[in-house]
Amino acid sequence: MRKLSLENLNLAFASIAAKYPLYLPQDNSAGDAEYKKWEQGAKWSDKTNTVKSPKDFFFPQTEDLMAFQVSGKSIDIIDTRKESEDFVVFGVRACDVKSFEVLDNVFLTEPADSYYASRREHGIIVSVACTRPLETCFCKAFSIDPSEPAGDVSCYKTDDSLYLSANTEKGEALLAVISEYTEEADDAAVSKQKESINKIMDRLPLASLTPASFGGGKTKEFFDAPEWKSLSEACLGCGTCTFVCPTCQCYDIKDFKTGSGVIRYRCWDSCMYSEFTKMSAGQPRTSQLERFRQRFMHKLVYYPENNNGLFSCVGCGRCLSRCPIHMNIVKVMKALGGKKDE
Amino acid sequence: MQKVTAKTLSGKAASLLNAGEVKYVLGWKKGEFDYDITPALFESAEELEKDFVWNDFSCANLSKYLIKYTRSLSGKILVFLKPCDTFSFNQLLTEHRIDRQKVYAVGVPCSGMADEKKIRENADGITAISETEEGYLVHTLYSDAPAFISKEEALLEKCLSCKGWAHIALDEQIEGEVFAPSADRFDQVKALENMTPDERYHFWQNELSRCIRCNACRDVCPACTCEKCVFDNPNSGVENKAAANSFEEKMFHIIRAFHVAGRCTDCGECSRVCPQKIPLHLLNRKFINDIDSFYGEYQAGLDEGSRAPLVDYDTGDLEPSQVFDWRDGQNA
Ligand code: SF4
Ligand code: SF4
Ligand code: SF4
Ligand code: SF4
Repeated sequence: MRKLSLENLNLAFASIAAKYPLYLPQDNSAGDAEYKKWEQGAKWSDKTNTVKSPKDFFFPQTEDLMAFQVSGKSIDIIDTRKESEDFVVFGVRACDVKSFEVLDNVFLTEPADSYYASRREHGIIVSVACTRPLETCFCKAFSIDPSEPAGDVSCYKTDDSLYLSANTEKGEALLAVISEYTEEADDAAVSKQKESINKIMDRLPLASLTPASFGGGKTKEFFDAPEWKSLSEACLGCGTCTFVCPTCQCYDIKDFKTGSGVIRYRCWDSCMYSEFTKMSAGQPRTSQLERFRQRFMHKLVYYPENNNGLFSCVGCGRCLSRCPIHMNIVKVMKALGGKKDE
Repeated sequence: MQKVTAKTLSGKAASLLNAGEVKYVLGWKKGEFDYDITPALFESAEELEKDFVWNDFSCANLSKYLIKYTRSLSGKILVFLKPCDTFSFNQLLTEHRIDRQKVYAVGVPCSGMADEKKIRENADGITAISETEEGYLVHTLYSDAPAFISKEEALLEKCLSCKGWAHIALDEQIEGEVFAPSADRFDQVKALENMTPDERYHFWQNELSRCIRCNACRDVCPACTCEKCVFDNPNSGVENKAAANSFEEKMFHIIRAFHVAGRCTDCGECSRVCPQKIPLHLLNRKFINDIDSFYGEYQAGLDEGSRAPLVDYDTGDLEPSQVFDWRDGQNA
């Protein structure tokens, strides 16, 4: 375990930033935290979590995949790829680190998505333990321990120091960059912090939530549940929940005419949208109830069915915090989860 | 006068349900915490008893849901409307979007709503929020004593400049304490107008750069009721989720503001629901302010059936060139 005095934090950030683009949560003018590139003078946010998740780093909201240049009768394919640079994402919470595993199962399963794969390869993740979990946090329901965040490097921030330990080779290499500011330390302070985090976790309002009644093979049990009607009734179909969610992974690919050619790009899509997966035969889910149901069934039933029981919610609480009508996965789980197989 | 209670409202609704006067009640349903309230339809006195809530977080303007419900439901729907909500309701009637026969509109006296985001910004791990005379006590996991936030500090943006409107277009009005009008809603518009173009550009650049293109602002807006929004149409070339660059993203907001100009009642829902706290109401208020100065004071939704200045022609209307002269004269 290495220890970095918080007094030297900025020097350490500067050393990292001299080598890699460094992104960390910073407060914005709206009083929320967002990932921004570190620049001299930047301040690491004290907020527990960012409004948008860090999935943007690996699966950006919009990206160009390739371009086509038309001249006469020939079409040239132009490589527009840019994701070949190492970068550091600092201050990632345990829930968000876990979300990368959820995305990996989707994007790295053969045929792997090479854009995502190369970003994952180039990304160095520095996680940090949560000392102030929010009332909306329920990572524990998905067996995520905010006091043991994964990633290439795991950190613990105390009043005066940052404790760091590398979990991977990439992590070792990163710690080497700031070694002049760190010293060896025992884990007494870290153990103490873990203990206090665990005490808080037990007191969270959602501490007793469990997804136990969901999982693979439960499609029939939940698909026609009458509760979907009242749960989805007020839903605006805005997709805020899907855009702030670290594990939502749907996208659309389109060609965009530039005048002399075409850019093929992809952008996030949302199952909450009326045009989602529209095909020549029309839109498969014609009502908001069906679209709403899809989002939660995917997270709680379909995804675990295809991924060895892993749920595709990490309990980050963003959909609780940002849905305009305050409908969310916790309310869905509570409304449906009490039901038993008859 | 006393603040009206949830009990009074749900009691009123239950008695109308039981008497068969209405079949449904559109109100607010309580959530997991004290602030996460969801618009909901109630069909029985038991449901109301169990889940109906009315407090300073019952912010949602329910009028837009009437478009959907007056079409899909048969039977009368009781809807609770705050004074500002009644303007949206009336505007929707003017635009023939709601079947009035199916609605029983009940006016709720409002004493100012609280902005849950303002409270949460400075309080981690909220376990309870209790209302006091002067504000709110916010209990959290991280402190034994609750933190106090005054009513003024927590006030929802739209309530900051509540014009102390009375309810309009109602079937029934419930008596109770009402909020006292305060700030001028055009103060911020004037501040923006007084900026240099560069400053103004940077202001909007900073605000709109946070937009995640969720369109919640549009989806919640009672003036945005197109059956199919152009920004949802994959064939339009301007589909919002696929904004090719940040310019397109900004265009969305500007075009939307144009589209609702003259019909926007300034209900404040767009800014309230924005997950990124973008002050969208400032765009709308700029238009409202301009319409007021170019065509005379006009409040959308104030009366049913009136023609808004932008869709009405009068030989005395300003010519576009005069608008420029007028504006330049103002700035001089
Ligand atoms: S659940 Fe909430 S955030 Fe998600 S689409 Fe519906 S209204 Fe929007
Ligand atoms: S569904 Fe909600 S709580 Fe779960 S990971 Fe997504 S945003 Fe977070
Ligand atoms: S959900 Fe858990 S890991 Fe995520 S921010 Fe909250 S406490 Fe931390
Ligand atoms: S609600 Fe906010 S984030 Fe969503 S589209 Fe509107 S301005 Fe953008």
